[in-house]
Amino acid sequence: MSVMSGSEHLHVVTSDDITPGRKRAGRLMIWGTAGLMALVAAAQLAQSLGWQDFGFTSWRPTLYAFCLWATALCWAQVLIRGEHGKRALFVLPAALFVIALTVFPLLFGLIIAFSSWNLSNPDGRQFNGVANLVQMANDPFYWNAMGNMVWYTAAIVVEYIIAFGLALLLNSQIRARKFFRVAFLLPLMLSPVAVSWMVGKSMLEARFGPIARLARALGWDDPSFFGSPEMAKLTIMVMDAWTFIPFMMIMLLAGLQAIPKELTEAARVDGATGWRSFWEMTFPLMLPVSITAVMIRIIFKLKLADIVINVTSGGPGGATDTVTSFIFREYRERSNVGYGTMLAMVYLVMIVIVMTLLMKLSARHTRPRN
Amino acid sequence: MTQTVSGAIFRDAEVDRRHTPAWYANRALIYGALILWAVICLFPIYWTISTSFKMAPDVMQGRLLPISAPPVEEGGMSWLLGTKAEPTVIGQTSFAPAWLGWRSLGLSPDTIGEESTVRDEFLKRFVNSTIIALTASTLAVLLGSLAAYGLSRFQYRWAWMKNDDISFFFLSQLILPPVVLALPILVLYKELGLLDTRIGLILLYTLSVLPIVIWIMRDQFAGIPTELEEAAMVDGLGAWGAFFTIILPIALPGMVAAFILSLVLTWNEYFFAALLTSTYANTLPVMVASQTGSQGISWWSMAALSTAAILPLIVIAVLLERFIIKGMAAGAVK
Repeated sequence: MSVMSGSEHLHVVTSDDITPGRKRAGRLMIWGTAGLMALVAAAQLAQSLGWQDFGFTSWRPTLYAFCLWATALCWAQVLIRGEHGKRALFVLPAALFVIALTVFPLLFGLIIAFSSWNLSNPDGRQFNGVANLVQMANDPFYWNAMGNMVWYTAAIVVEYIIAFGLALLLNSQIRARKFFRVAFLLPLMLSPVAVSWMVGKSMLEARFGPIARLARALGWDDPSFFGSPEMAKLTIMVMDAWTFIPFMMIMLLAGLQAIPKELTEAARVDGATGWRSFWEMTFPLMLPVSITAVMIRIIFKLKLADIVINVTSGGPGGATDTVTSFIFREYRERSNVGYGTMLAMVYLVMIVIVMTLLMKLSARHTRPRN
Repeated sequence: MTQTVSGAIFRDAEVDRRHTPAWYANRALIYGALILWAVICLFPIYWTISTSFKMAPDVMQGRLLPISAPPVEEGGMSWLLGTKAEPTVIGQTSFAPAWLGWRSLGLSPDTIGEESTVRDEFLKRFVNSTIIALTASTLAVLLGSLAAYGLSRFQYRWAWMKNDDISFFFLSQLILPPVVLALPILVLYKELGLLDTRIGLILLYTLSVLPIVIWIMRDQFAGIPTELEEAAMVDGLGAWGAFFTIILPIALPGMVAAFILSLVLTWNEYFFAALLTSTYANTLPVMVASQTGSQGISWWSMAALSTAAILPLIVIAVLLERFIIKGMAAGAVK
């Protein structure tokens, strides 16, 4: 992911005269609502710890207090800083929203990750130190799911080649281009759950699914797409590829269309044809786009779960499990929130490490050349 | 690529002008590949839609064409195809369309007027999906566009974070797999009484598409010259005034692209919906998924349900393909 270049900024000087009273009112709003939020939260905490009953039924009052504080914070920006405050208002709501919904749950998740917490158990949360980590280290199914993720991610290479081929086809001189573009785009529009049904459950049905029929006609006597671990994994890969190839294809197509026409013409005049012009001109020019597309594809691949949950539930014997589907079942079957969260956290740490490495590696190629 | 105007000076290369057998072979190869892939893309959709009109034997025998060919015993078209006692090709591969699947959903012509619990259930899920997807996408485009605009135009410094860091903060959310948030959010929602509510899902969906919206919109705003707003601001408009009167109309196609992409992602989302909803706020994908698990599969009704779930997006894809491609291509090319 490239980060913004940050060169084209607006420079407009504004003259605000903000009275001290207005500033004071702004500060009062922020701190007043913050105090209110702290008060409500403290009261709710006291109730949940059993010190005093204030008659709360849920933690919603704290949520409302947070919303009030967030609104006051935004408003006060304008009061205190005038025109500059108004500019901050562009980014502030989104930032507060993301912080409230990711940063806070992540911190909360860290607490959960080190506890034994079964939601159906009336005892509630019990802090259990590193027990979850130990359990994780000895959980062959988790590491198996991790290993599967490596396989699934490796499949992106094939997806990339197909997507590149399709993008080249769509970029060549063809008729009915719009029809083909729409047709190729459609799989991406379909919900993975519907794909699970229409491809995974019905078309691949071993007895009368059309693909099974086709396989029999081609000489495979007993087509079973989810029988052996390797075959099942491959089938899931193919189904996921089917949905996501259009995504890479469109990014690559955009890249191809951005190649200046003069370059292709010049190459042709120089006598470069077909294969050579592809390897010596198109492919190098497409490298930055390719890397962006593959990176985004990896990010999406690491979230793969819907198809696995709905078609195989991780079977046979965990061969198709992804980390997400494994944790999903772990929660569904044992409703163990603590252990599941620990697994997810470790997964996140691994993703961050791997993605950082990949971004560092690819930074050389994505940098625009002069 | 017509070169007629340039005449003799700039000619097409010899290779281009010759319509040799090699050229035709090349064409055939290109169209062959295109058609093959189009079939791969379209056949599952066709299969689903057609299966929703099939009866059990049609499914079992893999009949594909929705033509009610006359039965073989009565002769019918067999003479035409040159086959005699054998069942005709058409007879073997065609089925008489029936409303079986749609009847089980209460959506066939003969049941549409009657009471149907399945239809009520389906409509409830459909409405849920629609409301959640539309609201979340609107919210995401609103928050995301504003943030992207601010980041592309003004310099911020919050604590140690500058513009690039703030951008990275937003975009890095893309890496976060939903499963990491799922369980903490589940517990929080339980405490907040937001489990199984539409608002709960809307908030999460907004969050999940926000980085994509910011990614697309940042690209859009970067393409609009700053002189436009500078002129407006000199004329006395504030930052917000300039944004609404000058920038918004220009960036609208990009916003539509971001909105549609968000719509696709939120309409299809399954993971959070499966975890966080149970009876009231279920979305369509959860309903589809819950059917597959129970007592075997009744093919026609599953097919009808899937068709209903994918049809809105297919319509959107066909009508608004331009915007979807624009949205996905944004940021790919700098």
